[in-house]
Amino acid sequence: MKVLVPVKRVVDSNVKVRVKSDNSAVETANIKMALNPFCEIAVEEAVRLKEAGTVDEIVVVSIGAKQAQEQIRTAMALGADRGILIETDAELVPLSIAKILQKIQQTEQADLIILGKQSIDGDNNQTGQMLAALLDVAQATFASEVKVEANKVIVCREIDGGLQTVSLNLPAVITADLRLNEPRYASLPNIMKAKRKPLDIKSIDELGIELKQHQQIISVNAPKVREAGEMVADVTTLVDKLKNEAKVI
Amino acid sequence: MSILILAEHDNQQLSAETAKVVFAAQQLGGEIEVLVVGHQCQSVADDAAKLSSVAKVLLVDDAAFEHQQADNVSKLVNTLAAKYDYILAAATSTGKDTLPRVAALLDVNQISDITAVVSEDTFVRPIYAGNALATVKSLDAKKVITVRSSAFDAVAQDGAAQVEKLDQNLVSLVEFISQTLTESVRPELTTARIVVSGGRGVGSAENFAILEQLADKLGAALGASRAAVDAGFVPNDFQVGQTGKIVAPDLYIAVGISGAIQHLAGMKDAKVIVAINKDPEAPIFQIADYGLEADLFDVIPKLLKLI
Repeated sequence: MKVLVPVKRVVDSNVKVRVKSDNSAVETANIKMALNPFCEIAVEEAVRLKEAGTVDEIVVVSIGAKQAQEQIRTAMALGADRGILIETDAELVPLSIAKILQKIQQTEQADLIILGKQSIDGDNNQTGQMLAALLDVAQATFASEVKVEANKVIVCREIDGGLQTVSLNLPAVITADLRLNEPRYASLPNIMKAKRKPLDIKSIDELGIELKQHQQIISVNAPKVREAGEMVADVTTLVDKLKNEAKVI
Repeated sequence: MSILILAEHDNQQLSAETAKVVFAAQQLGGEIEVLVVGHQCQSVADDAAKLSSVAKVLLVDDAAFEHQQADNVSKLVNTLAAKYDYILAAATSTGKDTLPRVAALLDVNQISDITAVVSEDTFVRPIYAGNALATVKSLDAKKVITVRSSAFDAVAQDGAAQVEKLDQNLVSLVEFISQTLTESVRPELTTARIVVSGGRGVGSAENFAILEQLADKLGAALGASRAAVDAGFVPNDFQVGQTGKIVAPDLYIAVGISGAIQHLAGMKDAKVIVAINKDPEAPIFQIADYGLEADLFDVIPKLLKLI
């Protein structure tokens, strides 16, 4: 079976971002970019399914600037077979991304689509669910375990009170949570091999879809900085401060 | 203007988060209705009817909705959506699962996890793990919004709305197999007034027992960092952070937690933060109101005696 894995280029998760001085956005120029950690987990899961003999082909797709090719190459170095980049400089909301992915799925006809549960820049947690709605297929969000059995996929999901297991008919959309797996590192030979894997670049116009503007960013501000507190010398002082100064216990 | 709120519940009890979504909805103005979808959940609808300023409760009680799966619940909401300007839910695992599907069916983009209402079409939401706050104006005719419940108060329970039953039955595309919920006698993490959290520094699952004692003494909920969850010290629904639960208690006690960006995203709005850590360089001390550089195994027994 075929798996489609949408991936996103984001600011590296270890970078502490800064808001631009004109409050229009977050500063992303000259900042280390990376594959969104949840997308990495999604790619890893697809590769594991391939290694288990369940999956024949893994197609990775990214939507964004030209440089997102780097993240597609990273995914290919991890084991994806080919890549598609829908090149655009526009900042797209999850619904627009989901519409583009819907179009790609119409051509690719993948049996399973695995996404990350959220991107660590927008923190939206929407794209997978929206794609499943547009395709009218089943979804299992926040997956921590995925098993393919015949024409079904059994998914264990992380929910607020614990874990839930569900079964989905294929095709289906799954979004990966942190604990689904531990992504591997790309080896140097695989990085070299990934350079020769096919990468198809298209524009949104070529896909023949019209996208609407759904929202406008009015401003981006830095959150209130917490006042630095104090170091206390011992437990007695701490308890005293909590009781008499902060009055929280 | 009218607002539909999708209630958060487990078929028996209305979650405290719904009352906070109602509070956020009050700031939009307009008539508020609450939709309770589930199975054998009349008591939930009765609870929702008591929430202040709720005009009506819609109850869809059918075996098809027992597990509140995103696909059939979103189709149901879509059939009701025509008369509402806003569709809201708490940003819980259920809300996050379902509402984007509702938004896609309505051809609108969702505004996720709002922390403030600026005006009827403009909202504040954190991005980049809470390191920036975006003020976003929705251009969509209908607004589909998830609400960060820790950013809003709960409304009072002085209402007396009518409960109206609707007959709906939509079979889900997803087959439910099983569920294991973490048993806990402590307060719920997201609504607790005090949270005691442990990190990698706690060392083992057994050592978490000492934090449990502290939590019980304080009537607090128990939380954890990702490191503690990954190490298997506690179940993953204890995780506080960007990808876990977002809490804003009166008091947050971080024990053996270094304070990575992703953890701070889940607790930096707590009123008072206490950090107990052996490492004086731990980033958690930069945001803690009270920091104590010490070994937790010395500190906690003393704390237990003093409080």
